[in-house]
Amino acid sequence: MTLPSPPMSLLAELTHRCPLSCPYCSNPLELERKAAELDTAGWRSVLEQAAELGVLQVHFSGGEPMARPDLVELVALARKLNLYSNLITSGVLLDEAKLEALDKAGLDHIQLSFQDVTEAGAERIGGLKGAQARKIAAARLIRASGIPMTLNFVVHRENVARIPEMFALARELGAGRVEIAHTQYYGWGLKNRDALLPSREQLQDATRAVETERAKGGLSIDYVTPDYHADRPKPCMGGWGQRFVNVTPSGRVLPCHAAEIIPDVAFPNVQDRTLSDIWNCSPLFNMFRGTDWMPEPCRSCARKEQDWGGCRCQALALTGNAANTDPVCSLSPFHDRVEKAVAEASEKPELVYRRF
Amino acid sequence: MRDQSCVAEETVLSFARGHRLQHDRVRDLWIVQAPEKAFVIEGSAPHILRLLDGERSVGDIIQKLANEFSAPREVIAKDVLALLSELTEKNVLHT
Repeated sequence: MTLPSPPMSLLAELTHRCPLSCPYCSNPLELERKAAELDTAGWRSVLEQAAELGVLQVHFSGGEPMARPDLVELVALARKLNLYSNLITSGVLLDEAKLEALDKAGLDHIQLSFQDVTEAGAERIGGLKGAQARKIAAARLIRASGIPMTLNFVVHRENVARIPEMFALARELGAGRVEIAHTQYYGWGLKNRDALLPSREQLQDATRAVETERAKGGLSIDYVTPDYHADRPKPCMGGWGQRFVNVTPSGRVLPCHAAEIIPDVAFPNVQDRTLSDIWNCSPLFNMFRGTDWMPEPCRSCARKEQDWGGCRCQALALTGNAANTDPVCSLSPFHDRVEKAVAEASEKPELVYRRF
Repeated sequence: MRDQSCVAEETVLSFARGHRLQHDRVRDLWIVQAPEKAFVIEGSAPHILRLLDGERSVGDIIQKLANEFSAPREVIAKDVLALLSELTEKNVLHT
């Protein structure tokens, strides 16, 4: 038997704790408590095993990864193991001393999230008073340190019109890269989909704003589109169990951060099995790997090794079966459910905030 | 069209912060690590990039490779300048 190719990236969700309560948080609805989190030795072992397995980049994420006092130690270990380290942070816990320690430990890159460009918009989403000013202060500190910085803006119905101002802020703060990411509708995002999903007109304006900015040059732009408006699915995670591995705060190992909704399968944990054993042999990682699991219309589709059937979690959430074709695909017999969701997204329903 | 003359034989280049050359032991490939991506480099590129130490000039690198591979200097120079110009353009390298 040939072993699957090793993963390229590790998303290390150090904790689910976070001072913000964004209603599109990528963490699962069932948040893991502090008491369940892996200890420092546990995370050190994850990093060592990941490097051994072939991971090249580690993304320290959360929750808010800066809520972990051992972050600096883990960054230093990543550097020692030749893993490229990226810190995905809200910036609200960052100060000069902490940044200097991270810099000394060899942190390679920081992705700093913004919820909006206006204070009111940012506070409506993040729910933390004064967060915007702290983020701007964090961005200035990062800029001064010289650590490469990406600003990340999650966009949705309420803030999507302000994309040009988001780029202006990124240029003002000296970010080399900007990520404009439409909300992805899993977990919390799915709960709030009707309030967050932009209209087709809003999406067209957003895409135009991105193209206009790209033409100006000098800023590297990543644009993540909302697939509800597409007619072919995204190659979710570059294919299930092909490039990407996620470890949750308690040590569960997943092919993507939303995969805990998949029913009837055990979620392996690094406290019980090695990362390599989980990646190569666990039923979870093998259940949608490659193309053998595919139903029609994927099975006979020319694009099956481009989009890998789309997203399993989306198939589950919208069709009730994770092994169906992603209903974003217009060839899916369930594509009307996506169209219905787009048609039903409304002006101002209440947001449900992420809470412990 | 940007002026390509920004990388010349006397230029001294190094990797920009957040970028580095690395040998991927597991896949036996040379890669450049960059913000939120890693790209594979092949052919003569790893040999060239390994010589960037922030002190050697582009001309020194060309000379060293010409000696090592006993190849005509102008052939090596063309490859080295093309690669280093491209990566400088992409902000992977800087002066």
